[in-house]
Amino acid sequence: MFSDFIDPDYVIDDAETQRPYECDGLSMYCEMPLLVLLPETIEQVQRVLKICYQYQIPVVARGAGTGLCGGAMPDPEGVVLSLAKFTDILNIDPVARTARLQPGVRNLAISEAAAAFGLYYAPDPSSQIACTIGGNVAENSGGVHCLKYGLTVHNLLKLEMVTVDGEFVTIGSEGLDSAGFDLLALMTGSEGLLGVITEVTVKLLPIPEKAQVVMAAFDTVQQAGDAVAAIISHGIIPAGLEMMDSHAIRAAEDFAKAGYPTDAKALLLCEVDGTLEEVQEHIEKVDALFLELGASSTRISKDETERALLWKGRKSAFPAVGRISPDYYCMDGTIPRSQLAYVLSEMDKMSEHYGLRVANVFHAGDGNLHPLILFDANVPGEFEKTEEFGGKILELCVAVGGCITGEHGVGIEKIRQMAVQFGDPEIAQFHAIKSAWDPIGTLNPGKGIPVLKRCQEYRSIRSAEPQAQNSGELR
Amino acid sequence: MSDISKQLIERVAAARSAAEQLSIVGQSSKSFMGREPKGVPVSVAQHSGIVSYEPVELVMTARAGTTLTEITAALDEQGQILSFEPPGFGGEASIGGTLACNLSGPARPWSGSVRDMVLGLNLINGKAEQLSFGGQVMKNVAGYDASRMQAGAMGTLGIITEISFKVMPRPAATLTLVREMGAAEAIDTMNQLAGKAKPLMGACWWENKLYLRLSGAQSTVEGTAGQWQGDVLAGSSEFWAANREQQLSFFNGSSPLWRFSIRPSADHFQPEGDWFIDWGGAQRWLRGEYDKNTLEAAAENAGGQVSLFRGGDRSGEVFHRQSPALQGVHQRLKTAFDPDRVFNPGRLYSWL
Repeated sequence: MFSDFIDPDYVIDDAETQRPYECDGLSMYCEMPLLVLLPETIEQVQRVLKICYQYQIPVVARGAGTGLCGGAMPDPEGVVLSLAKFTDILNIDPVARTARLQPGVRNLAISEAAAAFGLYYAPDPSSQIACTIGGNVAENSGGVHCLKYGLTVHNLLKLEMVTVDGEFVTIGSEGLDSAGFDLLALMTGSEGLLGVITEVTVKLLPIPEKAQVVMAAFDTVQQAGDAVAAIISHGIIPAGLEMMDSHAIRAAEDFAKAGYPTDAKALLLCEVDGTLEEVQEHIEKVDALFLELGASSTRISKDETERALLWKGRKSAFPAVGRISPDYYCMDGTIPRSQLAYVLSEMDKMSEHYGLRVANVFHAGDGNLHPLILFDANVPGEFEKTEEFGGKILELCVAVGGCITGEHGVGIEKIRQMAVQFGDPEIAQFHAIKSAWDPIGTLNPGKGIPVLKRCQEYRSIRSAEPQAQNSGELR
Repeated sequence: MSDISKQLIERVAAARSAAEQLSIVGQSSKSFMGREPKGVPVSVAQHSGIVSYEPVELVMTARAGTTLTEITAALDEQGQILSFEPPGFGGEASIGGTLACNLSGPARPWSGSVRDMVLGLNLINGKAEQLSFGGQVMKNVAGYDASRMQAGAMGTLGIITEISFKVMPRPAATLTLVREMGAAEAIDTMNQLAGKAKPLMGACWWENKLYLRLSGAQSTVEGTAGQWQGDVLAGSSEFWAANREQQLSFFNGSSPLWRFSIRPSADHFQPEGDWFIDWGGAQRWLRGEYDKNTLEAAAENAGGQVSLFRGGDRSGEVFHRQSPALQGVHQRLKTAFDPDRVFNPGRLYSWL
């Protein structure tokens, strides 16, 4: 049926060719779809959706598959709608400072293309080499520069999308504000549950004249946390402010040889950007503050090479941790910064309880914590234990006033913890929003928003016994 | 300074069972906005007060009826600001109304809008349920973004009772440069300068003058002022406050005030009109009697939208038209939040 209007090579129904689509970046959750479709035109996307709507076939839209919450895991009864063929940068308007993009354009490719005009696209998730702008919108992706430059939602102007019944709609405009409900905000981070994005217009910013980084080592996490607070108190909003704990420091240093002090208990990387004068003024202030607040050492990048080197350790922290453990599981909670020391000490206790090591990297500027739980999937039961530990970390984040996901999304992975963050009336409201767009519930079913019955079950299981059931199929 | 959310919930429940319609009122500073209010007024003004403020976390939580005056005074003590520069309309505007109307000031293209700063909120929906969305942290992608969705909804989805929002440090220095030039040249200049990595934080044009506000670290403001042309404006903060509060003489009088939100680089259209150009070209105010359909076509041609902001015929549509598909989406979302059509009937669109 689909081969009538899509190149048959791009209608994939054999298991072997489908295999790369069975999961996203969270490979613990896998499922094989009925079909994988790679349409090449928006008309084809519309026809796919119309047919699936008519026959009530689940549709899971997919970008590069780099997501970390199982949001792009296929539905066993449905089709995977890959937007991988939509890779054109349609237009860069250097005067209005915007880029009009097909959804399959890679995040980094936007900045690469804009660089010729002295512009760039600010959100920079760690996967920016591979992840696509359509997926970034679906997940409201962040990165290391969120405190100053915002998330995806702050950097969008307009979306074109196809609804569940194949209708084409445009949301937003080339102006900054649009009349009516803020559907742009509603679509951003909706995890493919409300529609399929077919075009994205983003804002571009002038590339700062200069960026410089200060690295500071501390003997305690508390000191590092206080130093972060002090910078903010002094009216400086760093472009990036990252913290690593001792496990992460050592793993990153072994891997990247960035010159990190491996005896430090906490390491801060603070990047300041702006005009030449501003960076000079702020970098000196930040360095002085770090020393005043007990940093055991600081180091200021002298040039671009050194700045890149200092960041290399942080940016390779995940693969670096991957070298010291057979597997790792990356969590994504958000907490008020003031709770950091408490959360890390509670996590140490849990780490001991579960007998699993945990390394922490932290977007300290915006309170987004990425604990990496180290485990071995070949040890029977260890992933289940890891998953339970991870769930407990997220629930701790909620308990201190934070949330279960800062930038990775809920997907299938955190669907149980939604019941911890939200009550039944909120969950019911989410379902009503979903129905307004997708009355038959075929867009990415089973992800993002849990069914109410499951929420109640999960809450009662939690209160009775701290064991959680797994709703996805394990590899 | 009180919490009347319980009374508000009861009021909504009573209205719902009596098939009554409610007109949500904050401090009444923006009663001129949107279509004619209909329904029995329900006041949120008494639901006020700052609930929490953590300067180091850059987060404040306030009840919806709290005035911007109270909020900015508290922020000022800590050297912080509402970076989206909302209009206070005589100091009366509330934070809830500011969000419902999605109003931001001259810094908006660079510092973001009120919706950009919202982190979470509480809302009483049409079923008289108090819901809590988002939170008090900078990043939160759990569930749909029902918080930011309220921006511009004009209260049609529910009563906002409490908002958590991001606040920012006050820039160390601010300075305004003025250059004489016509509108078309000003639009070109604003767009060209906005593409430079300099601390531009305001760019507007009026009466053949281009105003460029620089704001940030002392050294960078002075450095840029030295490189850019223009005379330093005495009374810089007064000028931008008057712009923000619509107190410049452009905004006087009763002729209809149209607001264009368009591509900043769009050509200067209808050059014979009475214009005030702000937001580096992205927001343009026009005074006078015009046919809405004609202006809508011009706005769409310029990549954006137009709405009747103040004055004129409020019995017809005042906000930019929606496509039939989006009209359906709005109606279904309205039903999702307010199935019995309790809140602000017809305030946003006649069909909502």
